Amino acid sequence: MNWGVIFPLLLFLIVIFLIGFWANKFVKSTDSFLQEYFLGGRQLGGFVLAMTMIATYGSASSFIGGPGVAYTRGLGWVLLSMAQLSTGYFVLMVLGKKFAIMARQYKAITLIDFLKERYQSHAVVIISAVSIIVFLFSAMAAQWVGGARLIESLTGLSYTSALFIFAVSVLVYVIIGGFRAVALTDAVQGVIMFIGTAVLLVATIIAGGGIPNIMADLVAENPNLVSPYGAARDLTPLYVSSFWILVGVGVVGLPQITVRAMSYKNSKAMHKAIVIGTLVIGFIMLGMHLIGVFARPILPGIEVGDTVMPTLTLKVLPPLLAGLVLAAPMAAIMSTVDSLLILVSSAITKDIYLNYINPNASEEQVKRTSFWVTTIIGVSVVLFALSPPDLLIWLNLFSFGGLESVFIWPVVFGLYWSKGNKYGAISSMIIGMGSYIMFDRLLPNALGMHTVVLPIFLSLIAYVIVSLISHKSIRTKKAIDF
Amino acid sequence: MKDKRFKVAHKEAKIGIALVIFNFIWWFGFAYGLGSGDPAHYNYIFGLPEWFFYSCVLGFIVIGILVILAVKFLFSDVPFEDEEESGERT
Repeated sequence: MNWGVIFPLLLFLIVIFLIGFWANKFVKSTDSFLQEYFLGGRQLGGFVLAMTMIATYGSASSFIGGPGVAYTRGLGWVLLSMAQLSTGYFVLMVLGKKFAIMARQYKAITLIDFLKERYQSHAVVIISAVSIIVFLFSAMAAQWVGGARLIESLTGLSYTSALFIFAVSVLVYVIIGGFRAVALTDAVQGVIMFIGTAVLLVATIIAGGGIPNIMADLVAENPNLVSPYGAARDLTPLYVSSFWILVGVGVVGLPQITVRAMSYKNSKAMHKAIVIGTLVIGFIMLGMHLIGVFARPILPGIEVGDTVMPTLTLKVLPPLLAGLVLAAPMAAIMSTVDSLLILVSSAITKDIYLNYINPNASEEQVKRTSFWVTTIIGVSVVLFALSPPDLLIWLNLFSFGGLESVFIWPVVFGLYWSKGNKYGAISSMIIGMGSYIMFDRLLPNALGMHTVVLPIFLSLIAYVIVSLISHKSIRTKKAIDF
Repeated sequence: MKDKRFKVAHKEAKIGIALVIFNFIWWFGFAYGLGSGDPAHYNYIFGLPEWFFYSCVLGFIVIGILVILAVKFLFSDVPFEDEEESGERT
């Protein structure tokens, strides 16, 4: 075992733990348990908000999978990943103030609360809850696998014990600290991701003998590595552009991101978050994927893409710094898992238990249920991750696309189109999810684009047509002011 | 009643859409406008291929600056709480 590397990682875990215990004080003392546990009391400032969005969004695939793919495909993959720059500003600008104001009017704590009030429909609630639980569960499993593999490769522990260490550390602070712990640890994790990217980028450029040198090596090996078309010239402009839907604008439909747009304190916090978010997300995405490409001349011949980033770090940095940098992917994974966990838990506790099983639950019952639900989900995902599926990045992207196809139009039109109604929302959700699964199985690259594009388009059509047909025949319970 | 805050929100959402369209055009135009030729004959800026530098590196900087300017000059502060609910504190 390499203690020089492990020491910073341990220190990082301890800090994260302490934050969890500190946040637990708020959970214990609050007079509104649900607001506090699932939304941090709507008190997030700009910096924490920006960092929690980045950390939730930047996952195992940004730090482990992404650089690995960039390693094999070259600069074309960095180009593709830069579609994510728009996530930093687009989501907050579009959901922005309207979502924050309406969520407060509705007293919504989860995305599903918002949809429930907006559409007044049980079907909407149930479809939303089911898709959140199913898709986010698989996303969490993918993240666990990544985290455990990382610890496994760093410490030499077995996969199972690595998974166990990793899982326990995340579960403890989420279960006791709730959303506030998640957001605050995300802030620390976001900072570590940022610093880690900067340190590793500089060290890699130095190890490769400067950028011109690295580029010359790449051109000598295969000129297509520096083209926008990818090493095998199989990245078409249409395919690369279609990622703008998946990882750029479509992110508006991801519940783990939208729930953050209800948690900010005031407009100032939101403005600050837009600026910080854009700059940090852009830097991390550009930096991490470039590192993957730059690693190629330094570490030729790596077969498993997922090992590029850890191997490179151990090679180009002294142990203590390597430990700090490797805390970055760990932070990315933990901060994604923790947000998904609290979200799935809120879907079950708040949206299913409180809506349908026990609407008159006392504060004490709600508390107990939340803790148990969070624990049980956490533990069962770990069990699922024990025999892990192989391709981390694709499993993760599967859940992205699925959730986006389900939620994007009900959320966006729910905010901005007064004629949108529950029939539109229900048909758009069913068609979105159904067609996404169908395309994923049968025609993954329909018309040369990423799977997600057509389902999002189909669910748009369904929403608009069904809403227009039915809007005269229904009267909304609450008049909504647009 | 017409909520004035929503007018602000709608304007800002449109700014977001405009920015994303501009971002896409910049990114796409430089990447495929300059990068379509034979990779063996690329020009380089700071060691990076010209298409990549303009599309991804400069593009990031330009969008970053536009976002800062947009937020500073076009976005306005509005309260999120409704008037009658302003006593509610969590």
